[in-house]
Amino acid sequence: MSSQARNVEGKYRPGDLVRIRVGVPATHFRTPEYIQGKQGRIKTLCGVFPNPESLAYGGDGLPAQPLYQIEFSQTDLWENYKGRASDTLFIDIYEHWLETI
Amino acid sequence: MAENGHSHGDNAEYYSLRAEAMQALLIEKGVCTLDDILTMADQIDSRSPEDGAKVLAHAWVDREYKKRLLGDAESALLELGYDLPETAPKLTVLENTDEVHNMAVCTLCSCYPRAIIGRPPAWYKGLAYRSRVVVNPRGVLQEFGTELDEAVQVRVIDSSAYFRYLILPKRPAGTEGMSEEELAKLITQESMIGVAQALSPESVTAS
Repeated sequence: MSSQARNVEGKYRPGDLVRIRVGVPATHFRTPEYIQGKQGRIKTLCGVFPNPESLAYGGDGLPAQPLYQIEFSQTDLWENYKGRASDTLFIDIYEHWLETI
Repeated sequence: MAENGHSHGDNAEYYSLRAEAMQALLIEKGVCTLDDILTMADQIDSRSPEDGAKVLAHAWVDREYKKRLLGDAESALLELGYDLPETAPKLTVLENTDEVHNMAVCTLCSCYPRAIIGRPPAWYKGLAYRSRVVVNPRGVLQEFGTELDEAVQVRVIDSSAYFRYLILPKRPAGTEGMSEEELAKLITQESMIGVAQALSPESVTAS
């Protein structure tokens, strides 16, 4: 991970339980609907990056958003998940899409 | 995968026209120059799965290098002469082990570690793979002919933001004593996405 990705402060810490906010803006966003409303655990803080929802329209992406890798249990994402209970899904989500539980 | 649910093939002309129109608009509006676009396309086309395989094979034979690659992929790539362009998204390498099998997808579009292994295969960009691999990863693995030990945890990585994920496949059994160059031939594009394991040494000598 780059030096930019270290030495940054986010609101959440590894191990924190969070819920992904529900919302389908008419504009660009990078939070897939299948994880919206689901609970996951913060794995790591990846860094602080310009907000793609602003960049997509020629904006400056500021304020930059902390970006976290979040771990989900597959059985929490899908009813009747066909794999093993220990299977997981990792996805990177910006802080403004996270809700504290 | 026999069917890839990829519609571009049927509408190649439409998509090509659309890309040209978007390119013209981007230039006209001053978002970027034609030079920027050509430079980026050249950068992507200058890389292929062989580049990734070379790096990952080095990680198989050099334990310390593997640690550096997993900890800070970009610096480790630089050691082997791969200087990722400033504009490229950040890269992370994930290791497949006896315990965890990682597989990468971009459910939103087609994010892929282009800066080190070039363009993704068509199926990777297709709706079938993108929608199904998150719901039923083990089913998709089976379709690729990939058998996993029951106890292995399957971990799907959905690259949705600033990071691209390159998978370091498990080093196959029976490869002790093989040269780095021979090992690199076992590391396929599919194994770097995580839908397959690295090839066995037997399958390479047989073909």
